[in-house]
Amino acid sequence: MQGRRLHKWFISGPPLLYLTVFFAIPTLIMVLASIREPGDFGGLAPLLEQAEDGRRTLNLTLENYQRFFSDSLYAELFFKSFAYALLTTSLCLLIGYPLSLLIARSPKRHRDFLVLLVILPFWSNFLIRVYAWMIILGPQSVFTGALNQFLAWFGFEPVRLLFTPFAVIVGLVYVHLPFMVLPLYANLEKHDPALLDAAQDLGAGAWQRFVRITLPLSLPGVFAGAALVFIPAFGIFAIPDILGGTGGIMIGNVIKQQFLDTRDWPFGSVLSMVLTVVAVGLAGGAAWYARRARALA
Amino acid sequence: MALLEIRNVTRRFGSFIAVNDVSLSIEAGEFFCLLGPSGCGKTTLLRMMAGFDAPDGGSVWLDGRDMTGVAPENRNLHTVFQSYALFPHMSVADNIGFPLKMAGIAPAEIKKRVDEALEDVSLTGMSSRYPNELSGGQRQRVAVARALINRPKLLLLDEPLAALDAKLKEHMQLELITLQKEVGIAFVYVTHDQQEALALAHRIAVMNHGRIEQLDEPSKIYSFPKNRFVADFIGTCNILEAEVAQTDSDRMRVRIPGLGEIVTLQTDDVQAGTRGVLALRPEQVAISAELTREQDRNHFGGKIFDFLYLGDVTVYVVELENGSRVEAMLPNSSPGRAKFFEPGDPVEISWRFDAGRFLTE
Repeated sequence: MQGRRLHKWFISGPPLLYLTVFFAIPTLIMVLASIREPGDFGGLAPLLEQAEDGRRTLNLTLENYQRFFSDSLYAELFFKSFAYALLTTSLCLLIGYPLSLLIARSPKRHRDFLVLLVILPFWSNFLIRVYAWMIILGPQSVFTGALNQFLAWFGFEPVRLLFTPFAVIVGLVYVHLPFMVLPLYANLEKHDPALLDAAQDLGAGAWQRFVRITLPLSLPGVFAGAALVFIPAFGIFAIPDILGGTGGIMIGNVIKQQFLDTRDWPFGSVLSMVLTVVAVGLAGGAAWYARRARALA
Repeated sequence: MALLEIRNVTRRFGSFIAVNDVSLSIEAGEFFCLLGPSGCGKTTLLRMMAGFDAPDGGSVWLDGRDMTGVAPENRNLHTVFQSYALFPHMSVADNIGFPLKMAGIAPAEIKKRVDEALEDVSLTGMSSRYPNELSGGQRQRVAVARALINRPKLLLLDEPLAALDAKLKEHMQLELITLQKEVGIAFVYVTHDQQEALALAHRIAVMNHGRIEQLDEPSKIYSFPKNRFVADFIGTCNILEAEVAQTDSDRMRVRIPGLGEIVTLQTDDVQAGTRGVLALRPEQVAISAELTREQDRNHFGGKIFDFLYLGDVTVYVVELENGSRVEAMLPNSSPGRAKFFEPGDPVEISWRFDAGRFLTE
């Protein structure tokens, strides 16, 4: 009994320590920072202030939250980021599902190679890959040139691709697609082919087999993939920074600005807190639903 | 007209011939068994009946219609898979109602018929359970109920009892026989278990290397195996090398090298000098301590080599004078009697002349 308890601590200790140091404590720091006053030159104002008459006051405030809720600009930005993340998730699902199904249904000896192709982009740096899109979507690129030529034939004005919401969505989908494909593939690959045979034998055509068997059984994979795409896409700043121009900013950009440019740490913390609460709420909901779906599978 | 006809069906996988020019017909209401060792082509043949696989040559006819190019979902037959293939995300009721739903039947009607089906397979009250909450026997029943609910012409069963333990298997065999009689739907049952085939089927096709070795009623297959493979595969069989010495109108004399001549039933197409084997069922062989000379019986002397006590019977292995061994099965009818002979005891074996079968191949 003693040995088993020790064993349990030995296994769960390191991740617990990791989460405490790199998640719980930073989150607490953020919570605290969000109710403090900004320092005169950035950072945070001292927690305790001693006035000239010797009275000490505790510098805590809810003003930062008030500011968030009084200006609709921030809620709009949240909503826009939410919409971008949702669109990204939907597009990743739309592209990733057929792709995962294709890989899962290919001959066993090809599958590992196809999965390798999916994760191949991870071998080069994230920023380099996003900068590559800057070139692809840039006004001088072959792609943009060909597109505008094509549009000109039909009498349309040439379009600009870079520094538009379109470029941001392209970047978001490109970067997050593997996070959709991998959990989906892992799920689809485990499906018992006998189930599809049985469904067909019992009178189900191809579409019915997909809707009634494959799709419901793959829901845990869909939720896992959606969470892995949605959460990082919601708070991302690098892609809108590089591809979005001024109109393409998301909430992640504003948070980054608060910390690095405006140097208003407390307000940056407020935005971070809201982002975290929304993301955790959505992820928790998805996880709960996925677990329920898996319990049935 | 037969319900299902297999006409000269051949199926190749590369250079391997899984099914080799097989023809057979299955009548309505029949319980038909495809029996053979693994790799004999029985499952491939079943998959071609269901439509999951297409023959390279020949054709499958169901109810007078050529099934070539007809997809499985459009064939009026259902399959019970070896793994049952119950849909894990659907309740028992939804599983059983699936074929009706696919046929576009109204939900109220589906519910009524599912309830009836549940009653038929003694699963009343289980309708909202999920497959992972059922025992092996219950899953099997759900699979059968699901395949039978919209009354197909034919039910294909691919080793449906292979995953069950011996006791439950026997119970389910009896259930299947009763159910088949009740619904009157023809069953084609694939198995590698010869006892199961003998117990269940009206007719058995014994398959080997993609061909049907023998197709007949269970008792005929057991008592009159057509060749060495069938004799050996169905039940246990003593096989003794033999050569025809002299033929007569209904009996013939067969020489067993090193032992002497015995009398057996005349087999077609043999003459003096034809080589083959003598197949002899252990339960047909009697053992006695003293020499007995009875009319119509063949005798050999030997000694007990070993024995297997199996509860209801004891199997003795008797070593004959030429070194070959013959199994003889004695029922343990008298209570508390474990065995009659000890290893090394000199004994005599004997069998009626018509018990042994001379087989040429």
